[in-house]
Order: sequence, then C-alpha cells, then structure tokens
Amino acid sequence: MATVTPDASQQEPELKIVEDATCTFCGCVCDDIELTVKGHEITQAKRACVLGKAWFLNHSVDDRPSCLIKGQPASVEEGIERAAQILTQSRYPLMYGLSDTTTESQRVAVSIADWVGANVDTTTSVCHGPSGMAFQGVGEVTCSLGEVRNRGDMIIFWGSNPAESHPRHFTRYSLMPKGMFVPNGRKDRTCVVIDVRKTKSANTADIFIQLKPRSDFEALWTLRALCAGVELEAEQVLADTGVELAVWQDLMDRMKDSRFGVFFFGMGLTMTRGKHANTEALLALTRDMNQHTRFVCKPNRGHGNVTGADNVVAWRTGYPFGVNLARGYPRFNPGEYTASDVLARGEADAAIIIASDPMANFSEPARQHLKSIPYIAFDPKETPTTRNAEVAFTVATYGINVPGTVYRMDDIPIPLRPAFDCHHPSDLEILQGIEARVQEIRAQGLVSSEEGSSLRPARELADGGIAE
Amino acid sequence: MSKTYILIPGRTSQQGVGINEGKFEETYQSEISVLQVALDDMEELGLEANDFVRVTSEHGEIEIKVKPAKKGELPAGLLFIAYGDYSSRLMGADTHGSGMPTSKGIDVTMEKIAAPSE
Repeated sequence: MATVTPDASQQEPELKIVEDATCTFCGCVCDDIELTVKGHEITQAKRACVLGKAWFLNHSVDDRPSCLIKGQPASVEEGIERAAQILTQSRYPLMYGLSDTTTESQRVAVSIADWVGANVDTTTSVCHGPSGMAFQGVGEVTCSLGEVRNRGDMIIFWGSNPAESHPRHFTRYSLMPKGMFVPNGRKDRTCVVIDVRKTKSANTADIFIQLKPRSDFEALWTLRALCAGVELEAEQVLADTGVELAVWQDLMDRMKDSRFGVFFFGMGLTMTRGKHANTEALLALTRDMNQHTRFVCKPNRGHGNVTGADNVVAWRTGYPFGVNLARGYPRFNPGEYTASDVLARGEADAAIIIASDPMANFSEPARQHLKSIPYIAFDPKETPTTRNAEVAFTVATYGINVPGTVYRMDDIPIPLRPAFDCHHPSDLEILQGIEARVQEIRAQGLVSSEEGSSLRPARELADGGIAE
Repeated sequence: MSKTYILIPGRTSQQGVGINEGKFEETYQSEISVLQVALDDMEELGLEANDFVRVTSEHGEIEIKVKPAKKGELPAGLLFIAYGDYSSRLMGADTHGSGMPTSKGIDVTMEKIAAPSE
C-alpha cells in the first residue's frame, strides 16, 4: 500500500513512501521493502540487501531514447512496425529471455511466438534448465519457503552460494527465522554447505564439505548408497569425491536424525559436467530420504521472475522452456530447441530478446550468430545485447515503474508495487503492439493467399517452394 | 605440457551490484575482468596481484588480470572468475543435449604474460 506525504516546499519533487515494495532482482522476490521515493528517484530501500539496494537505487529513468533502430533514435511505433516485419519475414525466429519481466508480459510474448511459429526459450535453459529436465524424470519433493522457515531443521546448500547470489535467503527463509517448529531459529537448525570452493556461504555453515571439482554425481550417489545402508569402500569414496567416507556417513546420520530436511541447490550442479544427471541424483536422494524422515529439495532460482517464465511458458505450451512452435504445435527438446544451441548451430534467422543479455553470457559461436541476424531487444538499461540489436527498446523497469506479477522461486505469485512512473513504455505495451501488428500482417497474408488453409500464412522460399 | 587448472565461473555480489549500475560501468567491468587464483598457484607461477595471465581453454583464450584468492577459499588448481564476457569466451557451445553449455569446471591452462596484447 502506497502512502503519499506532501513535502513542505512546492519546488521540491514529491516525496513518497512505498511500503511492502517487491524487489525483483533475485528469486527471493522480497516483498517487504520500504522505499523512499523523491520524484523519479528512489533514495532509500529499507530492509533491502546489497543487491536489492543496488537494484532500487540504480534504476532512475534512463535518458536514452525509448527506441533505437540500427542505433538511430526512432519512435516506438516505428520500432513496433520494424519488429513485426522482422518476425513475420523470418523463417526461424527465436524468442529468448523473459525472466526479468512480469508474467503479464511473458504471456503476451508467448502469444507472439505462437503467431509467428517461433522457437521460444527462457534464461532457464542456461540456469536451472537441467533441473527442469530432472524434475520431469524423477519428480520433485517440494514445499514453499514458508514451510522451510517454519519447519526446516537441516538445511543443506549444494553448489549454491546464497550469501552472494540471494543475500536475504538466510535471514528471511532458511536459517535465521524463528519458526513454528524451530522456535529458536538458527540454534534449531543445522546448516551444511557442500561446494568445490569455500564460498562466503561456507562461513555461515555448521558443516562445510569441500568436494573434489566435478564429483557432485559421485558424491550424491555415495549418499544414496548410505541412505540405503549399502556398504562402501572408504578408499574408493575418497578417490571419487575427495572427501572421507566417515564425513559422508556423519552427514547421512544427521540427515536421518533431522525432522525436516531441505536441499537448496544451485548452478554448481546444473552447469557442471553431468548437469541434469547431477540434479536427478539429488532429487532421487531427496525421494530416498523420505523413507526415513521428511526431506524436500528446491532450486535456488536466480532472476526475479525466472520461475514465472517457467510457469507461463508451461501454461501456454505444456513445456517450461526450449519449445519450438514452428509446426503450429509445441515441441520440447532441450539441446535442440534451447537458445544457446539454436544460435550456436546458426539456425535462427531472426530473434526477439526480452529482458536478458545473451551477448554477454552465451558461448562465442552463439554470440557471433546472434550478431549476424536481425534481432529485437528489450531492456531498461544498455547492455551488450541492446547495443547490437536492429531494434532496441528502452523499457520501464518492472517492479519500479511497472506493476504486475512475479513468481518467487517457490512458485508463489507476488504482486509488484511500483515506485514512480517512467516516460519509457513498459515491455507489455510494446509486446501488445507487436502482437497486434503481427496479427494484422498475418491476416493480410491469409487474405492474399487462396491456398492458405493453414493457420499460418504460406511463405515463398528462396528455391521457389512454399513453406508453412 | 602446460599444467591444467579447473576454472569455476560464478556469481559474486559485486557483479550483481554492477549489473544494476550498468554493464558498461566500472563496478561490473572490473568485477568480471579479474581471475582469482589460489595462493599456492600464485606462488608457483611467480604471480602477484594485478599481474596478467593468458588463460586458454579448448574453445577460446583470454588475457586477464589476477588477484590472489583469500586463504582457504580455493584449493590449488582451481580458478574462479565472475560470470561475464571473459568467462563466456572460454566456454564451449556444446550443451550435450541439455541446453546448458558446460559453464563451470572448464579445463584451462594458464601462463604469466608481461602485459595484455591490446
């Protein structure tokens, strides 16, 4: 709820306090922030962490044009027209990103992808995409962060460093809070950090286990064996994991003795050799543990609304990421329809990049191909991706200028309470404009095509053939 | 045959702060442009803070400044870098059917250089 207190001087910008504002920088989506807003600037962000403060205090209105076409200022309407032309003329358009915008925008974006038969993928594919594959293979024993707060007495972080990536995770959800069944807070909880390096999170742990690099899979199967009471050779375990068998046995004993255990895992599992096989092993271990006590497993999601992206793409297509809509129905195949692969193989001939920065984060072959094709980019700030875009939209920032809904990392939808207006349009407005224009172009194509019985307009190929 | 190290790109809070300030600003650029090296490895290669090294993977090569890791943070043979342009240049495109390039645990070699080429 926002309350407005008029300032004494008429000359001064309006001073406003926004209570319970939502931070959308990371997957914690903290919705208890108190913002002090002076005109078009946030001057204080109470209760925000170091990342949240940087998020709120550095998103004053950008003075770049709202639209650039080939680096030259253009009207938003011209940008929408050019974007619609690029997408409808493309034979293999790629839509990518979506994790730093509202679910409302994500929904419209997927509609556009459907209209133009695009390959739609989100930043999940280079984050917890392998976890998504593992969920489908093994299943997910899960819970909300509220349950962790109230019940969790054995908290294990595996390949995750929330002290740097999700700074309020410990205090708001997982370690410090005094909960219904953990009335003494931190004293009632055991914290274990398992990682290849001694991260800042390791300093918080009661037990830190330093793994041999790239041995997560072996370590997880060691624990699965111990959970099942299988005898293991100490020398082999040490050689495989870099950790003594006695350490693993001690951990398993503590896990079995706990009342409510939680694994939080990060990209230490999903980005390392083994990827979804690592995550499958962890999910299977979690399932095994439920023969002894209650245990759950949660990915520590990174971007503010990456969980929303998974949800929206799944509502609209049946699959969470890496979906190809070219045939008029969704096909899901990580490795084939995921953005990094589609670009690195040189397949996409146009792209629309929404709220992400693949020009900074993708492999060199993928980046080089993206640079070579016409693409549209949306971002509140200038990034390597917007710099190389044929059409670059500067958009209002979600949660600061734009209302809407985001999903916390535990799939809880949370409303946004914006702090001040911005003269840049929201990505939702632009996406709605592009969708409307794409529909018009398609309708014209259908009218002019007597053979166009398909929902998609026939397009002439370079060799004279017809593509649907 | 050069010694092989294992490179772990990852998030840091300074990198996150830098993203918010702007990716072309000092905080972000300085955070992604430095390689953390274990103390033992610094000593073995005769490296001091702010020296430059050439790091080579199967997929690319970078020249980058080093800083010593805090005591105990990295075991010998392990390198750390904040995600960004430099780490991406060392990453391969193959996702092994997962959609995810192998972005952590990359085999690299490292040699001391007098100064960067450019």
